[in-house]
Amino acid sequence: MIRDITLGQYYPAESFLHSMDPRSKIVLTFTFILSLFLAKGAPGYGVAFLFLVLAIRASKVPPRFMLKGLKAVFMIILLTVFINLFLTPGGAVLFQWGVFKVTRTGLETAVFMALRLIFLIVGSSILTLTTSPISLTDGIEALLKPWEKVKVPAHEIAMMMTIALRFIPILLEETDKIMKAQMARGADFESGGLVKKAQSLIPLLVPLFISSFRRADDLALAMEARCYRGGEGRTRMKRLSYTRVDVAAALVVAAYLLALGLLARWL
Amino acid sequence: MEKMIVGEGLVFEYHQHNDAGEVEHIHRAIDGLDLEVRKGQFIAILGHNGSGKSTLAKHINALLVPTEGWMRVKGMDTREEGNVWKIRQHAGMVFQNPDNQIIATIVEEDVAFGPENLGVEPEEIRRRVDQSLDAVEMGEYATHSPNKLSGGQKQRVAIAGVLAMRPSCIIFDEPTAMLDPSGRKEVLDTALQLNRNEGITVILITHYMDEAIHADRVIVMDQGKIAFQGTPKEVFSRTEEMKAIGLDVPQVTEIAGRLKREGYDFPVDLLTIEEMVGAICRLK
Repeated sequence: MIRDITLGQYYPAESFLHSMDPRSKIVLTFTFILSLFLAKGAPGYGVAFLFLVLAIRASKVPPRFMLKGLKAVFMIILLTVFINLFLTPGGAVLFQWGVFKVTRTGLETAVFMALRLIFLIVGSSILTLTTSPISLTDGIEALLKPWEKVKVPAHEIAMMMTIALRFIPILLEETDKIMKAQMARGADFESGGLVKKAQSLIPLLVPLFISSFRRADDLALAMEARCYRGGEGRTRMKRLSYTRVDVAAALVVAAYLLALGLLARWL
Repeated sequence: MEKMIVGEGLVFEYHQHNDAGEVEHIHRAIDGLDLEVRKGQFIAILGHNGSGKSTLAKHINALLVPTEGWMRVKGMDTREEGNVWKIRQHAGMVFQNPDNQIIATIVEEDVAFGPENLGVEPEEIRRRVDQSLDAVEMGEYATHSPNKLSGGQKQRVAIAGVLAMRPSCIIFDEPTAMLDPSGRKEVLDTALQLNRNEGITVILITHYMDEAIHADRVIVMDQGKIAFQGTPKEVFSRTEEMKAIGLDVPQVTEIAGRLKREGYDFPVDLLTIEEMVGAICRLK
């Protein structure tokens, strides 16, 4: 059961977005996220929505995969909506019940805030759905490279991400094994309240920690044996390169930003 | 023939510290050992747990440096820090646990790890990765995730990772200890084939006696010293001495020895089943 957890939600397909360079995808996704904070009023959000629909179509990922990401943060969205709905003063009062008061501004803020969050999450899941973890790591490393001058450990961050991606499935498998071994000897992970369940995890975590330290030790030795000595003087087999696809995507995003800017001006 | 690895008067001590950080106990893992390996040889090192065989292996690629004595790989002294990376490129190492030595999430990326560290040009890395994967017959898995491979396959990926660094010598540190019989055969065959066809010097550390029978020379270690060495036939015919230090001899040799003791006219230096069959047929 524990092995069902999939890491990174990459959806393999051949599409416009899949063929983009990871660097441009990361940069453009961030641009989109920032643009959401500039969008004003219904027309602004309308343009953002159209852009998202276009992006989803260009990714060839079924929309329900995008919505999956929303499920996890549903409570947060709900909470934001309620707080904005009841606690924003100003505007005409639409509804009042005891201390709870819903104003027109409150309603507007609540709706737009919810939309902003939803767009933000869908936008970033498009990035992770169309980019494999390994090329995402490569992209992050390449983008952070210029910052190495100000001591940002770009290579180290990327190496840590790679190793984490490699070992998470192994550790999950190991957890499963230890759990089964302990269940066979009468351990109970299922029943009891939250506190009791948490307590029953301690005998699980101790061997897991010990074995991961041992693995880390082994891995460090294996890396040194293969001449690993940090990022300096290191080359990469795969070089990232921008193609026409990236130029086209950048143009589309530029057009979107322009539309958003013009709308903000007019309104 | 060219000398690949030479060690003289090797001593290595592990220091055990107590809570206060003082040295509590000194353990000599290697205790005055001489070693010489020539280019292109296939050497098997046998010994039970704690005999110092893995410690010796780590000296060959400068993961450990001797406390006393010296070790030279292709003429380069392992004690000199400037030589370390060159030595590790020349003497690659395959470890016991296949999971804990694969770094990347895609097979070909992992094979590329070594040459990337050496700063090889991208086109050349690509060429080496493809060649190395073909050499271990893992070419078709180039873009797979290592998590889905069998133990033997993972070990072959690890071998390809070492090959891509173009080593002249590969040290196998109990590469088959965690594998099933078919995985063991895959790895052993790969090691043999690299030795015979590519001329790579192989040092195989193992505690499976059957894996040592193809070696040019077998070194038996006990308590940090070389107990005795020789061709597989010489070593395994000393059944009693092997048993005295807690080691077995290959099954075939064992049976041959017993038949001899029962009074049959039988050679005792048999290693393979084929030789056994031949000897039995000659019995009369």
